[in-house]
Amino acid sequence: MSLVVQPQPDKRILARRDAIVADLVRLLGSDVVIADADGRRAFETDGLTAYRAMPLAVILPRSTEEVSKALRYCHENTVKVVARGAGTSLCGGALPSEDAIVIGVSRMNRVIEVDYENRIARLETGITNLGITAAVQPHGFFYAPDPSSQLACTLAGNIAMNSGGAHCLKYGVTTNNVLGVKMVLIDGTIIDIGGAYLDQPGYDLLALVVGSEGQFGIVTEATVRILRSAEAARPMLIGFASSEAAGQCVSAIIASGIIPVAIEFMDKPAIEVCEAFAKAGYPLNVEALLIVEVEGSAEEISELLGRIVAIARAHNPMVVRVSESEAQSAAIWKGRKSAFGAIGRISDYYCMDGTIPLGRLPDVLVSIGRICKEHGLKVANIFHAGDGNLHPLVLYNANNPDEVAKAEHCGAEILKLCVEVGGCLTGEHGVGVEKRDLMPVQFTPAELGLQMRIKTVFDPKWLLNPAKVFPLDGREAATAG
Amino acid sequence: MQQQFVRPATDRELANVLADASANRTPVEVMGAGSKRAIGRPSQAAVSLTTTSLAGISLFEPTELVISARTGTPLARVEAQLASHGQMLAFEPVDLGPVLGIEPGHTTIGAVLATNLSGARRVASGAVRDHALGIKAVSGAGQAFTSGGRVMKNVTGVDLTRGLSGSWGTLAVLTEVTFKVMPIPEETGTLFLLGLPDSIAVEALCAAMGTPFEVSGAIHLQEGLSARLWHAGMRSAQKAVTALRIENFSRSVAYRKQRLKETLKPFGDVHELDHASSLAFWDELRQLSVLQRSDAPLWRISTAPRSGPKVVAAIGRYMPCSALYDWSGGLIWVEVLPAADAGAADVRRLVATHGGHATLIRAEPAVRAAVDVFQPLEPGLSLISREIKAVMDPAGILNPGRMYANV
Repeated sequence: MSLVVQPQPDKRILARRDAIVADLVRLLGSDVVIADADGRRAFETDGLTAYRAMPLAVILPRSTEEVSKALRYCHENTVKVVARGAGTSLCGGALPSEDAIVIGVSRMNRVIEVDYENRIARLETGITNLGITAAVQPHGFFYAPDPSSQLACTLAGNIAMNSGGAHCLKYGVTTNNVLGVKMVLIDGTIIDIGGAYLDQPGYDLLALVVGSEGQFGIVTEATVRILRSAEAARPMLIGFASSEAAGQCVSAIIASGIIPVAIEFMDKPAIEVCEAFAKAGYPLNVEALLIVEVEGSAEEISELLGRIVAIARAHNPMVVRVSESEAQSAAIWKGRKSAFGAIGRISDYYCMDGTIPLGRLPDVLVSIGRICKEHGLKVANIFHAGDGNLHPLVLYNANNPDEVAKAEHCGAEILKLCVEVGGCLTGEHGVGVEKRDLMPVQFTPAELGLQMRIKTVFDPKWLLNPAKVFPLDGREAATAG
Repeated sequence: MQQQFVRPATDRELANVLADASANRTPVEVMGAGSKRAIGRPSQAAVSLTTTSLAGISLFEPTELVISARTGTPLARVEAQLASHGQMLAFEPVDLGPVLGIEPGHTTIGAVLATNLSGARRVASGAVRDHALGIKAVSGAGQAFTSGGRVMKNVTGVDLTRGLSGSWGTLAVLTEVTFKVMPIPEETGTLFLLGLPDSIAVEALCAAMGTPFEVSGAIHLQEGLSARLWHAGMRSAQKAVTALRIENFSRSVAYRKQRLKETLKPFGDVHELDHASSLAFWDELRQLSVLQRSDAPLWRISTAPRSGPKVVAAIGRYMPCSALYDWSGGLIWVEVLPAADAGAADVRRLVATHGGHATLIRAEPAVRAAVDVFQPLEPGLSLISREIKAVMDPAGILNPGRMYANV
């Protein structure tokens, strides 16, 4: 049904399915292996639900050692492996293959150690993103990266995709907040990279591993930085008659030397849907809305908001409204963070994730509108304005194959546009299966070859997360020499 | 050996040089301006390649917090350009030239990423590599490539931008780097305490780091080193100095200093530096003022902050040493008495006990040839590192042996 074509499953592996399952049960115990069809069906897709495939079997290990045993078996028997956190990937990063085993880390969700003096937490990676903050919040600390799926998504998935969130303008993304990992390589070897210190010896292998989309190994434990929470935070709303004015206002705020903890942007279609859902008090008469949040003591907050209001006034805002209570602040964020869900209630949507240089915002928004119109589709725009990370939501009807194809074409054109103006295909969701075939838009064959040869260092037989990230064409040539 | 210097002025010229060297298996010493040439195992390269002719700022968008520069551009020039728009590199790169007997200010922007040596603000704002957005580079095989770009969020493909950070010119030659920049804070304040023993000092620094007041520098100088400070007031106290930096707009700095004084009260009398004095103090730390004008072996040790004093105390039982703690205790510059191995066997064993790693920043060439300058890696990591080297530099021509004998 979809544009990206997955390779045919390996018939030899499918024919050996019963024997492979029996081996895995012998190796790990029947309570770790899910082999029945109903059990496997729960794992057949992820957040990119247009694609699905029944995995060969699913393994839910309880320890690093069990992950190691499973991977060693797969390596020795040339069985492919798809690593999985909570399965919330929006790019098909956890999409199974019929000839591959899914290894899920969800059972490994312990907090191993929290050290407030050294400001680190050591965790098993099946813990949810919000679970980390929940563990340290009683002491006034938090874990900074905050993807919208943070209630469900796991640290393992965050590390695989180098997840961001609304607050990374100030606090950075996953790669800036992970200090060390314990990782199982495809041959079962367990390695430790980094640790409880702020830099690592030798090459920056952490940089290669974080964001490697399950291509390099399975991370079972991680040491992350935890930060002391600000005394308070308060958002404000600024509404404009045009997205151009909103974009100029963002630039002016940043040029003034203020780095708000978050600057979020919504266009009119997004505002309407989110307001209907969250009753956040978003103005309905504006074309573009900014949510700007600052942190600090009450006095610091009011000074910063005062400065931002003064800057906004110079850009002819239609609405300037500072949150006046905790409840209002919560509602403002509820509207933003539930935006995808709220839009999902009125329509199927295809969520894009390109990043652009902020200065190109007005013309890129015009072009996105034009591209969608040409395909006869509607679009709602929501994004992290501070860092130029766009999330156009292309609305379509999933039951209409023609619209599905149009939505995917439309999405591909939008991402090509992002690269053309100096941005990239994906800011925080990852390449996965969804953008695999678009990679040549951003990289030359030589560049992809270099990346693929690094993949080969970690996974010589190319068994990990098959048919993702790198285009299928040219793999052999790139990795041969 | 007669050394030949090459200064390619374009990526293509550089690619040709490296393709030739690769074909002939000619080792190439890779450097920016050469201020850190004396770090690492002594090399035997016939060709020395410098990036200094790859110069100039190629992009600066203050409203997008981004700057790109050719890698041979002097760091000072990049910082001056940023300062003219009230911005800075928040990771505060360290200038190691002066501790190696070279005038300050010779570092290039490319070497900043290639060595990933972040300054005091690393505790609050992240490391060099955390601010790197993109690179252009040429591999050891002479193949030009890019990674990342100019936007702040980018997870497209393998992260070679950060992956090349701290690789000391052994994997590829960078030709352009793009960094995220930040506004220069309106005001800088400093709080300090005098005469604290190391363990109490680091306890105080960690307590301060655990507050919501965004401390952006947390250092402790042992008494022996504080006597070498340029800052007259602190030097004349003749005591160990424990200092914290607070940066923000003026009213915020005043408020945060007040609140931090309450946190620090149990540790002793808290003193203050004004804005100008604070800038001078943190600036001299950036070039490790107290470790200059000495030939003694100098170690850079990275560990968990609260382990810092334990590591230093343990080393002190084996050899006389003096320590400057940065990163609230997690980064320690330790000067030791000259010895045939610069104390390497003891230092590495003691660091391992507490978790962390050590790099020998300054030592005679004979010592650097005899001991591991960079922390030896665990076998698993060593194998991966060698294989990555083989991908990026198949003929093994880039700074061969500088980091590790076989890399």
